Amino acid sequence: MNWENMVRPVDEYHAIEHGLTPEEFERLCGALGRAPNLVELGVVSVMWSEHCSYKSSRVHLRKLPSTGPRVLQGPGENAGVIDIGDGLAVAFKIESHNHPSYVEPYQGAATGVGGILRDVFTMGARPIAILDSLRFGSFDHPRTRYLVDGVVAGIGGYGNCVGVPTVGGETYFDAGYNANILVNAFTLGVLPANRIFRARAAGVGNPVMYVGSKTGRDGIHGASLLASAEFRGEAEEKRPTVQVGDPFTEKLLLEACLELMEEDVIVAIQDMGAAGLTSSSVEMAARGHTGIWLDLDQVPTRARGMTPYEILLSESQERMLLVARAGCEDRVRDIFAKWDLEAVVVGQVTDDGLFRASYAGREVACLPIALLTDEAPVYERPARPPSDLDVRQQLRLDRIPQPQDWNEVLLRLLDSPNLASKAWIYRQYDCLVRGNTVVGPGSDAAVLRIKGTDKGLVLSVDCNSRYCLQDPYVGAVIAVAEAARNVVCAGGEPIGVTDCLNFGSPEKPEVMWQFVEAIQGIRDACLALQLPVVSGNVSFYNETEGHSIPPTPTIAMVGLLQPVRAFTTQWFKSEGDVIALLGQTREELGASEYLAVIHGQVAGVPPWIDLAVERKVQEVCLRAIREGLLASAHDVSEGGLAVALAECCVTHPEAPLGAVVELPASMRIDALLFGESQSRIVVSLKRRNWPRLRDLAQQLGVPCAMLGEVRGRRLVVHPWIDLECATLREVWANALPRRMEMAESRGEDRTQ
Amino acid sequence: MRKSTAAFAVWPEEESVRARVFVMPKKEVLDPQGKAVARSLQALGFTEVGEVRVGKLIELELQADDRRQAAERTEAMCRKLLANGVIEDFSFEIEE
Amino acid sequence: MRWGVVVFPGSNDDQDTLWAIEQVLGEPVVRLWHKDADLHGVDVVVLPGGFSYGDYLRCGAMARFSPIMDKVIEFAGRGGLVWGICNGFQVLCEAGLLPGALVRNRDRRFVCAMSYVRVEDNDTPFTRLCRRGEVLRIPIKHGEGCYVADATTLELLERNRQVLLRYVDANGRATSEANPNGSLDNIAGIVNESRNVFGLMPHPEHAVEKWMGSDDGLKFFQSVLAAQRNPGTTDRTAVAPGH
Repeated sequence: MNWENMVRPVDEYHAIEHGLTPEEFERLCGALGRAPNLVELGVVSVMWSEHCSYKSSRVHLRKLPSTGPRVLQGPGENAGVIDIGDGLAVAFKIESHNHPSYVEPYQGAATGVGGILRDVFTMGARPIAILDSLRFGSFDHPRTRYLVDGVVAGIGGYGNCVGVPTVGGETYFDAGYNANILVNAFTLGVLPANRIFRARAAGVGNPVMYVGSKTGRDGIHGASLLASAEFRGEAEEKRPTVQVGDPFTEKLLLEACLELMEEDVIVAIQDMGAAGLTSSSVEMAARGHTGIWLDLDQVPTRARGMTPYEILLSESQERMLLVARAGCEDRVRDIFAKWDLEAVVVGQVTDDGLFRASYAGREVACLPIALLTDEAPVYERPARPPSDLDVRQQLRLDRIPQPQDWNEVLLRLLDSPNLASKAWIYRQYDCLVRGNTVVGPGSDAAVLRIKGTDKGLVLSVDCNSRYCLQDPYVGAVIAVAEAARNVVCAGGEPIGVTDCLNFGSPEKPEVMWQFVEAIQGIRDACLALQLPVVSGNVSFYNETEGHSIPPTPTIAMVGLLQPVRAFTTQWFKSEGDVIALLGQTREELGASEYLAVIHGQVAGVPPWIDLAVERKVQEVCLRAIREGLLASAHDVSEGGLAVALAECCVTHPEAPLGAVVELPASMRIDALLFGESQSRIVVSLKRRNWPRLRDLAQQLGVPCAMLGEVRGRRLVVHPWIDLECATLREVWANALPRRMEMAESRGEDRTQ
Repeated sequence: MRKSTAAFAVWPEEESVRARVFVMPKKEVLDPQGKAVARSLQALGFTEVGEVRVGKLIELELQADDRRQAAERTEAMCRKLLANGVIEDFSFEIEE
Repeated sequence: MRWGVVVFPGSNDDQDTLWAIEQVLGEPVVRLWHKDADLHGVDVVVLPGGFSYGDYLRCGAMARFSPIMDKVIEFAGRGGLVWGICNGFQVLCEAGLLPGALVRNRDRRFVCAMSYVRVEDNDTPFTRLCRRGEVLRIPIKHGEGCYVADATTLELLERNRQVLLRYVDANGRATSEANPNGSLDNIAGIVNESRNVFGLMPHPEHAVEKWMGSDDGLKFFQSVLAAQRNPGTTDRTAVAPGH
């Protein structure tokens, strides 16, 4: 299209093509007092998209607690920032890249990692850890293997190359994600508490500078189409809009930005992520209550003849926009040149509250900043529980037959991809680079040291979407509680949360209900555990042909551990140690992995949870770790007590240790062994420490029972389970490789 | 169509030549990608497929007085950087 | 003794190598910038791990033409100690300072895991504090660590005792299962004929303190230090080979 046509006024037809409703278009014309041109329509459509405007979620997100004595930066910036003492802070955020990863798994996942890294280092923080929360379809689905392979390779390909370790995460498989996988990437960085960089334009006349890769036609309308429109089974055709990542350039950009931040030349800085140049410039101006003018002729382009529309909406990766102090342009250019990167002045901060863009000496867009941001449409969409909820929540335990062979049940559960070892995945990630990894993938939480201090950080991501499907409120409460419990099991004190809220279409009242319930659950759990939610991301429209994903509010938890040497891992350490259980086991099997794997049912309500009890259990565990009482601590979650004990045996990195335990048969055996009652932690400790642990638990009113001891090379749960650790380990370790590599036996690789 | 005036867009002049360089793993070197592709093709029912080898195609635009000079320069580039003689063979073609 | 660690664009484990030398070994170390054609008088040059130039084209292919590499090649030619770790090993092969090449792992996947390597020879400045046959635990993390060379080269490497490290199992056996990437003859590290240029895929800088899971990697750093201080002696004792 001739670009000059782009400055002619458009009509409602174009607006609808761009995803605006007729009402939104009317509102736009009314506010402008005229019809926008095509360039302006493009800008408005991305800024008013669900992805950028949070129009369906905004009113609900306000309910989340986001303040606290440690909070230095809450939601609204590129990442949240929390004070960790001694002049240091951590910046972190989790973000989704779901649709792009389904369309093109390698690049989608890779650019997801790239985007979240930029969100963190724009704050002035050196990224030191990546975690991922992944959801795939069932292995029966023909595309699952391809998607797993591509997503894992993409995360590794990007993170490994850029030199930030991937230290943990979680992966689940469920048919509910067959056509909509989830790729949520979390990054944390460390920065000086008094030197946070924000994306807030200031200083009229200050230059706006463009740094990093050139602009191509990548992902035009990626944010608004891919992240806002539900799939209609046409993934293949959407391929051209997916961006390609260049981790090498990202690494240079990271080093150059951090070097530049050592000097006093940056006023504001923001990643050009979704909706590229448009959203980064508009949002910087909005936060600073300024205007911004862009000279599109100056923007470095990669492709011939790019139109102003394309330049403004391109989602080419590895680009940043910054406002420099006037007069410091050369210094910025020099530092970027050292890293073989270009830095160009592309505009100016203005005082007119307008977003203006020129091309070939002509103004091609002029829109009020406020109209694009604060005055963007906000919806309080109708919400109503699904009509079949009552039926789905019913579970008649008396109709669930109890199996005969408990050994077999345990082995089948350990072979479930959801419970099995994820080593096949995390072996493809560099978890060591930067030399801070004290506990890498494979325990309840990752632990990183902070060089030059005795502090450690403890990180975990968690969500059980089956619980959320059966009861989104309780599911969300459990996601927060369990993420915190994981952090506590490693010895960390939870200090902050970031959330990634993955749901179907908000235009469906049933989905909106799930969303509102989940928000309420996160809110209540965070208030009870005194945790601020400092950043996050909402991903709606995760649905294909009318089928929504199970609601998946992923919670990433950050904990502080001091001294770092006090960390704990989940596996048993030495023979003769006492094994004990903190917390109470109830007769409940609703929404459990046992019910799904062994009986093929998803039914009932999630396990009961009381946040006051949860808090006390966590307090006992944390105090016991701080007093040096515990050798290991492991959260009891999916698969229940028997699976937790098996994990304590087999996850030891070198030699598995056995256990001999006895459980009082106070309820159905399956509920006792495989029920998923919350607020439980399996610990092991030296026998001499037992009285002290028992007293601690008693003081806080937490049930604490001695189950047995670490002994031999078998797991014996008297009288139901008796298996060699080697057998358990083999089944657990091979479950994923077996499914992933069915087509390519290792033997074939060696024939040459 | 109007030509872009963007600061960094440098387009090759009309007299530039295009070279297509093919870099292939040497016969005796294991090619895990080729093996994987062969297996997948077989699994998809292309049972007629025998050996598969996966290499690289590198397209270059270069300024040259004539084809001979372009060929000489391209060969030098292959030997110096584009292919590693320990593991790879190369060939190329020059197009106007 | 002065150490130098080269920083290429895309070097990632440079910080970790600097940490190991400065904070753990306690020796002075400088960063050598790739654009700088000057070794600043260092006694040993380390080429660190990472993804120089994004590993685009071939691992190490472009770093090999950095201005500093001319100086490194010259330095090695004069008998200076040059040590390449992972990507550094790849750069040394591309530069022709070490024979052979490193190609995509056998199973095409990046692998990050603890590995066992057996010290095959200790008559070098890099392994002199190790015993022959000693098994070390050192992590690997690479996508292209499969060592290949033609039959003549392999024969020469064996004959000249240039293979310094082989992937083995915990009991010291060089089995196929213990080979993480398909390297010919389980080769994990080699030295040049003059025994002053060393390349290995495992990351000793990530095994220098107990909390890292192993401090076996420190032995290479200490060996270099010992060789510099006392060029004459090597520990000739050997443990029984674990075949």
